[in-house]
Amino acid sequence: MSQQYKKIPMPLRYLINALLFAAFLFGGTALIKGGAVSNYYTKVLMLLGINIILTVSLNISTGYLGQLPLGHAGFMAVGAYASAIFMTRVGLDASVAFPIGLLLGGVVAGLFGIMIGIPALRLKGDYLAIITLGFGEIIRVVLLNIDSVLGFKLTYGAASLKSIPKTTTFFNTFLCVGIVCFLIHTMMKSRHGRAILSIRENEIAADACGIHVTYYKVLGFAASAFFAGVAGSLYAGYLGILNPSSFGFMKSIEILVMVVLGGMGSMVGSVLAATVLTAVPEMLRAFSEYRMIVYSLLLIMVMIFKPSGLMGMYDFSLSHILEKIINWKPGRKKSAGKAGEENG
Amino acid sequence: MDNLVPLPSLGMIPERDLGAIPILDIHHLGIDFGGLHAVDDFNLVIGRTEIAGLIGPNGAGKTTVFNLLTNVYTPTRGVILLDGMDIRGKSTHQLTKLGIARTFQNIRLFKDLSVEDNVKIGLHNAFTYSLFSALFRLPAYWTSERKAHETALELLSIFDMQNLADQPAGSLPYGAQRRLEIVRALATSPKLLLLDEPAAGMNPSETGELMENIRKIRNTFEIAIMLIEHDMNLVMGICEGIAVLNYGKIIAKGTPEQIKSDPVVIEAYLGRGKEASA
Amino acid sequence: MSVYSTILRQIVNGLQAGSIYALVALGYSMVYGIITLLNFAHGDIIMIGAYIAWISMAKFATNPVFAILAAILGCTLLGVFIEKAAYKPLRGAPRISLLITAIGVSFLLENVAQMVFGASAQVIPSFFSIPALSLGSIDISGNAVVTVITSAVSMILLTFLVQKTKMGKAMRAVSEDTDAAQLMGININSTITFTFAIGSALAGIGSVLYCSAYPQATPTMGAMLGLKAFVAAVLGGIGSIPGAMIGGFAIGLAEALVSAVGLSVWKDGVVFAILIIVLLVKPTGFLGKPMQEKV
Repeated sequence: MSQQYKKIPMPLRYLINALLFAAFLFGGTALIKGGAVSNYYTKVLMLLGINIILTVSLNISTGYLGQLPLGHAGFMAVGAYASAIFMTRVGLDASVAFPIGLLLGGVVAGLFGIMIGIPALRLKGDYLAIITLGFGEIIRVVLLNIDSVLGFKLTYGAASLKSIPKTTTFFNTFLCVGIVCFLIHTMMKSRHGRAILSIRENEIAADACGIHVTYYKVLGFAASAFFAGVAGSLYAGYLGILNPSSFGFMKSIEILVMVVLGGMGSMVGSVLAATVLTAVPEMLRAFSEYRMIVYSLLLIMVMIFKPSGLMGMYDFSLSHILEKIINWKPGRKKSAGKAGEENG
Repeated sequence: MDNLVPLPSLGMIPERDLGAIPILDIHHLGIDFGGLHAVDDFNLVIGRTEIAGLIGPNGAGKTTVFNLLTNVYTPTRGVILLDGMDIRGKSTHQLTKLGIARTFQNIRLFKDLSVEDNVKIGLHNAFTYSLFSALFRLPAYWTSERKAHETALELLSIFDMQNLADQPAGSLPYGAQRRLEIVRALATSPKLLLLDEPAAGMNPSETGELMENIRKIRNTFEIAIMLIEHDMNLVMGICEGIAVLNYGKIIAKGTPEQIKSDPVVIEAYLGRGKEASA
Repeated sequence: MSVYSTILRQIVNGLQAGSIYALVALGYSMVYGIITLLNFAHGDIIMIGAYIAWISMAKFATNPVFAILAAILGCTLLGVFIEKAAYKPLRGAPRISLLITAIGVSFLLENVAQMVFGASAQVIPSFFSIPALSLGSIDISGNAVVTVITSAVSMILLTFLVQKTKMGKAMRAVSEDTDAAQLMGININSTITFTFAIGSALAGIGSVLYCSAYPQATPTMGAMLGLKAFVAAVLGGIGSIPGAMIGGFAIGLAEALVSAVGLSVWKDGVVFAILIIVLLVKPTGFLGKPMQEKV
């Protein structure tokens, strides 16, 4: 029988994670305000935060739900434009409008996720990939041309939607990253998360276990879209200007590469991969023409040699690692501890 | 077809179940696949705590019957009453909530999830809490998760598998995987448990254990169990009533003794060549 | 200019574009039929073909026939190379992995082309000048006629190949049931390679025809063309050769119709809308076969 395995109690786990996160958040902001981090690197960090949210959100429908949607950039676009239009048209002070804009972007994107998910998720595999690609492209084309249909300027299409208040900061970006990761974590480590995973593993069996498959598929998809919308809103406030061409199939693929590289099904992997794939190209600015070539080669190599990505399906927690350290004895047999761990 | 009265001659209900509504009452069930009657004129009654067997040569349509009962296929004809209620048109997951659980011929476990998680998914509708509670870790989450954890371990202990709780389901040996599937099905609190070839790939001693466990399950949970099997020792050993299927039609129904000596049954098996036991 | 002639002109355009879509769609369908892969890189092979033609004629001033043959040969070799390098190692892998790899190859081709040739368009000198055909009051461009005829002939030859030759039979067998085909002594690898070769050759022909209509090479020209041809393949029923032809012409005509009523900016959107409708109403397309999962 198993020996006494000391586990860190739940409240303490939350506290440890929260403290570390707060340290990062406030420490980082202080460093930036103090001038220790240059403007350039601050921008890179903000972009990193946005990419992390994009990657962990796509990971919900690819890694956890087991589908392959190719239109993720469409949800980002919807969120970005919804938020930007709101902020440029409503006469509220930017500091009030921004949080509302963020939420609005997420909600609108989430609604699109539901609308697209309900028909699209009836299809499987390749067909789902194509139909989501189709929807993503339609969103882009509509954003490009809708003004001529409406008769007034809403999105400004190819001329770009300009003068969006640049309210995105390191602090609010990573605050969002923290909240998003927390919510995804709590969702996945619950009966709802298990339902979503069961669909990935074996849809027919999940059905037979009493899981309302369609409901959970749409839920996962909509959650993925919601968070992408939030990322889009942050992006709008980061760049200050929006153009539909930034949200095409290419963008969807960029995000997909990050998810695949990190390991589909691993949130930690997503964060890592997003970091690597944002930071490295920025630091190698001189070689930016090769960036996309490296991307593509990376994608192909990973699929051929290590399709499970950097972290596979491994989702760790800091507390779990601390527990292992506390309980470490030479020659001790370890358990496989994957999703079944009693984590908070 | 309304107001049906179950006719005793359609089934082989054990005496102890005679007073109550049969758990399953099937009339003239049939399905066609492009002109072929895969299942035709299937009539069956199963008592509330009966262990029933469905046997027949390969391709006779046994799994098709299970698929019809769980809405994987939609019947072309016929009525299915579960606990007196017409269940045609109900979706698979609804049927599970209404009390039908099943295992699969080719094991369908959630391979990359832990053994405990597999069972907890079966408990999905047993200990519920809203998404909101989950997201913000409200008390309902903690209470339900604890209960689910305890119940999962309890269920696993039926087969003495509670120590394997953290292992990935895919890493278990074949026999253990089959047992896990049964535990998961039990977790859904069924009234009727459908087992599709539960002894496939098992050696005689494992099969013997399985027989005891099936009886134990029936006695503990007081549910009905219907199983598809090729292993005649198992079938004759624990089934109280047996229906024999050939080319989609029932050719014989009765107790093990009756079936063993029925010339029609013997011909169906011998005429097709000796059945190899799993 | 009368309404009649405008419509007729658009129909001609539609048929011209449609025949190119059909040729490309055939490649998609054949590859999907045999290894159940949506070869995202297929459209980009056309792009490479266009650049080969450009290099031949603009840089080396070869004669047009040589350029055309070089383009077709280049596409064929590229298609075969991609199959051997990127897809073969993944045979038996989950579909998602193959799909992602195909996307990777597509991107690689586009970005390498961009790096080597630059992002701006390169003008391809015209192959031949073909006189226009006069039909009553309208002139049909010679290119359009050649395009439609070439496509039709290619498709007839392909049908003959698939139905009447030994290799064609092997292709059909492998599409139907790979394991059984292998047990019958069919060499799976060479059959698959051959399929890719034919599909890519057709793409090469499509590339030449496309360049005769739009004599420009850009790194991303293949992407949209490929996507639309793909929609055509799905519309006609992916895996079906006659389906690819029907789908190609349908998409070509649909685009022409949209342009005819003056909404050409929405062309792309309409094509994707058609895709979505087909996938929701009848995912297997006009002539495709349904698939069932065993429970």
